[in-house]
Amino acid sequence: MSNRFGEFGGQYVPETLMTAVLELEEAYGFYKNDEDYQAELSRYFSEYTGRPSLLYFAERMTEDLGGAKIYLKREDLNHTGSHKINNVLGQALLAKKMGKTRLIAETGAGQHGVATATVAALLDMECEIFMGREDTERQALNVYRMELLGAKVNAVESGTQVLKDAVNETMREWTRRVSDTHYLIGSCMGPHPFPTMVRDFQSVISKEAREQILKAEGVLPKAVIACVGGGSNAIGSFYHFIPDREVELIGCEAAGKGLGTGQHAATIATGVSGIFHGMKSLFCQDDYGQIAPVYSISAGLDYPGIGSEHADLHARGRAKYVPITDAEAVDAFEYLSRIEGIIPAIESAHAVAYALKHAREYDGPIVVVVSGRGDKDVAAMARYKGVNLHE
Amino acid sequence: MNKKMFVSFVTAGDPSMEATKGFIEALSKHSDIVEVGLPFSDPVADGAAIQKANIRALENGATTDSMFDMLEAVEFGGKAILCYVNSVFVYGYEKFFERCERARVYGVIIPDLPYEERDEVLPFAKKHNVHLITLIAPTSKRRIAKLAKDATGFIYLVSSLGSTGARTSEFSGDLEGITAEIRKVTDIPICIGFGISTREQVEKMSSIADGVIVGSGFVKIIEEHAENSVEKLENYIKILKGEKDV
Repeated sequence: MSNRFGEFGGQYVPETLMTAVLELEEAYGFYKNDEDYQAELSRYFSEYTGRPSLLYFAERMTEDLGGAKIYLKREDLNHTGSHKINNVLGQALLAKKMGKTRLIAETGAGQHGVATATVAALLDMECEIFMGREDTERQALNVYRMELLGAKVNAVESGTQVLKDAVNETMREWTRRVSDTHYLIGSCMGPHPFPTMVRDFQSVISKEAREQILKAEGVLPKAVIACVGGGSNAIGSFYHFIPDREVELIGCEAAGKGLGTGQHAATIATGVSGIFHGMKSLFCQDDYGQIAPVYSISAGLDYPGIGSEHADLHARGRAKYVPITDAEAVDAFEYLSRIEGIIPAIESAHAVAYALKHAREYDGPIVVVVSGRGDKDVAAMARYKGVNLHE
Repeated sequence: MNKKMFVSFVTAGDPSMEATKGFIEALSKHSDIVEVGLPFSDPVADGAAIQKANIRALENGATTDSMFDMLEAVEFGGKAILCYVNSVFVYGYEKFFERCERARVYGVIIPDLPYEERDEVLPFAKKHNVHLITLIAPTSKRRIAKLAKDATGFIYLVSSLGSTGARTSEFSGDLEGITAEIRKVTDIPICIGFGISTREQVEKMSSIADGVIVGSGFVKIIEEHAENSVEKLENYIKILKGEKDV
């Protein structure tokens, strides 16, 4: 297993964690090709998550926008409401096979934390979630949800008290207690083998989508469009299309209040090479390598880096990454709700926004990935619109 | 080795570079090496005390350049730098170690640069005659011989699991065993660090290895007394070394 994607990737972790990371690499190398493990994972995918997820032809949206024939890949229909469960099931099952009894994870908005708490309950494992203090306040309902599922939620007080700091604190916790504990990283980031492993588990999205679109249309899509924070749903959505050179791969990153304002999380547009959170990749940072505070209306995209494989796809020109502002994402959130009766996660709305802007330029099918459902965002959207809502 | 080594630590630029210079000069009278932490926004190997020191230093405008300017003005030859790999990578490996050499820095400790990744950094350290210090942890197990064999300067033996900062009882039970394993392949000094903050701990760890590294204890004094820390720092180091009663 290569531990790099071009110049990006690697294993930049403290010595205390090296043995654990190398053991994980070895175990994943084995179980990846283990038929029993794969069969068990497939069974959970179909019987617990509800896979395959639908590829839905958005007819009214297609008619309204003109140009592309728009298909939505419905990861929002998965159990727990997003693509996160694909990776969590894969890693938790692996951790259990390795004899680990405890899962720890970071979460931003709470989607990954909820998925991890869910699978910990399913597999009878202990679970602790680390979440920035500010995010626990913004997403109080998800905190309660994780606790309901039996997880302990730790509010992270250090640093800027958001996702990046939750990752720092989960790393610290892993160095405190590593022998019985697996750090279930939620995105295609961190030290090798995490980016490869997370991508493999999420690649079920593109495996299904490729078969589904060929069945429906008899041709490959002109483009596959997904939102990118750390980039796990995007890498999963791109993966099986990477060899299909004619398929455009488009990642939509959070431009927040606009690239010029300094309040955004657009890593590809504004970041430079660095080494952080275990990997060499692109990061929003200053001239001395201090990691920049980032901003997005979407807590799930509010991360100053990007998965190492995306950095390489960008460097090779195989995928294109575009900034989408808060305002564009909110418009898309409302648009998809009204025209198709599908409320997307505000993260996913960044991908929908690209289709809104550019559908007319395509003739042929395109796939827009709805990575999660938007129920969690309804209150925040109401606040954004100035609606006084009592939960 | 008869005399035990003592390595002390302060964060560069907390509360100012000028103050840090004074702290290093004071501590150098009682230390073999003074480690200077280059502040980083996200110090994942550090506990609360050093995290806060990093934030204070950054808020006070500390940068890689201002740290090197300060270090160049300190005569003491036992200077080491503790920094995160991103600070070195972004500054440029060649430029970073060239400045280390100019400031007569003895060694650089990069906690998030493990053995497997250090080949991209090591040639620059060697070229500029700076030791890239090897860290060994209680979890290193089968890796110990490999890591120790290539080590130069001194070995930084991590005392226990977790990040830096004071602790009372959770040191790894096998530091003697790890030390013995290291001894099979190298003669360079072994210093134990992470969580050492009392005279009893210094005595115990010094008896196991060749010396100790104390960090958070000094940083906490600076947190409390800021510019006026010099006397307190000297007092504390004398207590730790048994040269003065508590």
